[in-house]
Amino acid sequence: MSKARTTTASILKSHEKELVADWQKELASAGSASDVRIGERALHAQMSEFIGLLRDAAQHGDLVDVDRTAWQPMRQFLQEVSRSRVAQGFTSEQTALFIFSFKKPLFVRLRKELGDDPETLAAETWAATQLLDRMALLAMRSYQQSREEVIVRQQEEMLELSTPVVKLWDGVLGLPMIGTLDSARTQVVMETLLQRIVETGAEIAIIDITGVPTVDTQVAQHLLKTVAAIRLMGADCIISGVRPQIAQTIVHLGVDLHDVTTKATLADALALALQRSGWTVERSSGQTR
Amino acid sequence: MDASDSRTVKLTTEQDVVSARQAVRQLCQELGFSLVEQTKTVTAASELARNTVTHGGGGEMRLQVVRNGTRRGVRLTFEDRGPGMPDIEKAMSDGWSSGDGLGMGLSGARRLVNEFEIESQPGEGTRVSIARWK
Ligand SMILES: Nc1ncnc2c1ncn2[C@@H]1O[C@H](COP(=O)(O)OP(=O)(O)O)[C@@H](O)[C@H]1O
Ligand SMILES: [Mg+2]
Repeated sequence: MSKARTTTASILKSHEKELVADWQKELASAGSASDVRIGERALHAQMSEFIGLLRDAAQHGDLVDVDRTAWQPMRQFLQEVSRSRVAQGFTSEQTALFIFSFKKPLFVRLRKELGDDPETLAAETWAATQLLDRMALLAMRSYQQSREEVIVRQQEEMLELSTPVVKLWDGVLGLPMIGTLDSARTQVVMETLLQRIVETGAEIAIIDITGVPTVDTQVAQHLLKTVAAIRLMGADCIISGVRPQIAQTIVHLGVDLHDVTTKATLADALALALQRSGWTVERSSGQTR
Repeated sequence: MDASDSRTVKLTTEQDVVSARQAVRQLCQELGFSLVEQTKTVTAASELARNTVTHGGGGEMRLQVVRNGTRRGVRLTFEDRGPGMPDIEKAMSDGWSSGDGLGMGLSGARRLVNEFEIESQPGEGTRVSIARWK
C-alpha cells in the first residue's frame, strides 16, 4: 500500500497539467464542461485544486480511509464545490460526473507510467477507483446537505413572506392570512403579530382569513390560541373573512367561536375597529355614491 | 349504486391532508355541489384525513362518485392500520381528544355529512366512511 500511495502521488504531481487538460476534454465529451454556469477558468482552477489536494492527501494519508484528518482539506473543497453547484442549479448527477470524469484520464496516465509493472498498475488502479468513488460520494453528501439547507431556508422565507402585518389605522393592525394555516405558520404568525403589537402599541388586531380556503378544527384551534395570546397582551382581536359558507361549517363542526368577534369582510372589521377606538368616519357633504 | 369512479389519495403527511382536501373539492365541484355543500364536505374530509395521519399513523382516502336513482354524491373512505380506538363512543363525543386537539373532528365531521360509518378495532386499525349527497 505504501508504494501505491507514493506512486499515485508522484504521478499526480509530475503530470498535473496533462491531467487537467485530459479531464477537461473528458468532461466536455460528457457534455458538461462548456456549461456557461461555470467559466472555463473557474473549472480549470477547480480541477487543479482537486488534483493538488488529492496528491497531498495521498502523500500523507491513507488512500482509502477518507475520514482521516489528512483528508480534511479535500472534504472542505468538495463541500464548497457542491454548494456552488447547488447554487448554480446543477443536478446531483452533474456534480458526481465532475469527479467520475477524472477516472479515465487518471487511469490512462497510470497505464502509461506503470505499463511495465502490471502488479503495481493493478493495485494503483484499484486504489484510485475506490478513492474517486469515495470522493464522489462525499460530493453527493455535500450536495444533498446544501440542497436541504436551501429548502429549509426557502421554507423559512416563505413563512415570513406569508405573514405581512400591516398597519390599517392608528392602533389597528391587520394580518391577511393566505393558504393553509398549519402549526408552523400559526407559530410564526402569532410571534410576528405579537411583536408588532408590542412595537406599535396597537389596541386592535384584525386577522383576515379570506385567503384561507378551509377552516377545520385545527385551524380554529390555532385561531383561538392566537386570539387568547393577543388578549393577554391587552389588545383586542377581530377575525374577518368569515364567509357565509365558512360560518355555517364552523357551526356544524361545533367549534365555539362565541368569544371571538368575527366579521364577513375586512371592511366590516375595520369599521368596527374604528368605532371601538372612538373614530367616526363621515362622508363629506355633497358627495353621493 | 354505481361506484365505478374511484381513486385513492395516500395519507402520510400533513401535506397529504392538503392534497386530500384539494381532491375532494375538485370532485365536489365536478358534481356541481353548492359552495356550502363543498365547504362542508371538504372540511369533514380535512378532519378525517388528519385523524388518519396523526392518530392512525397514516393510511389512505378513497374517493367515489355514488348514485342513487337520479341523485349523485361523493363517498369518502378513510382507512388506516393504526392503533384503532378502544372506545368509539368516547372518541365520537364532543370535546374528547386523546391528544391536545379540540376533540371535535369526528363528531363535527358526522354533523357535516349525510352518512357516517365508523369501524375500529384496537390494534388493527380504523375505517371511517362518509357520504354527502347533492
Ligand atoms: N384514525 C384514528 N385512529 C385512532 N384513533 C383515532 C382515529 N381518529 C380519531 N381517533 C381518536 O379519537 C379521538 C377524537 O378524534 P377527533 O374528534 O378528531 O379529535 P382530535 O383529533 O382533536 O383529538 C382522537 O383524539 C383519537 O384518540
Ligand atoms: Mg381530529
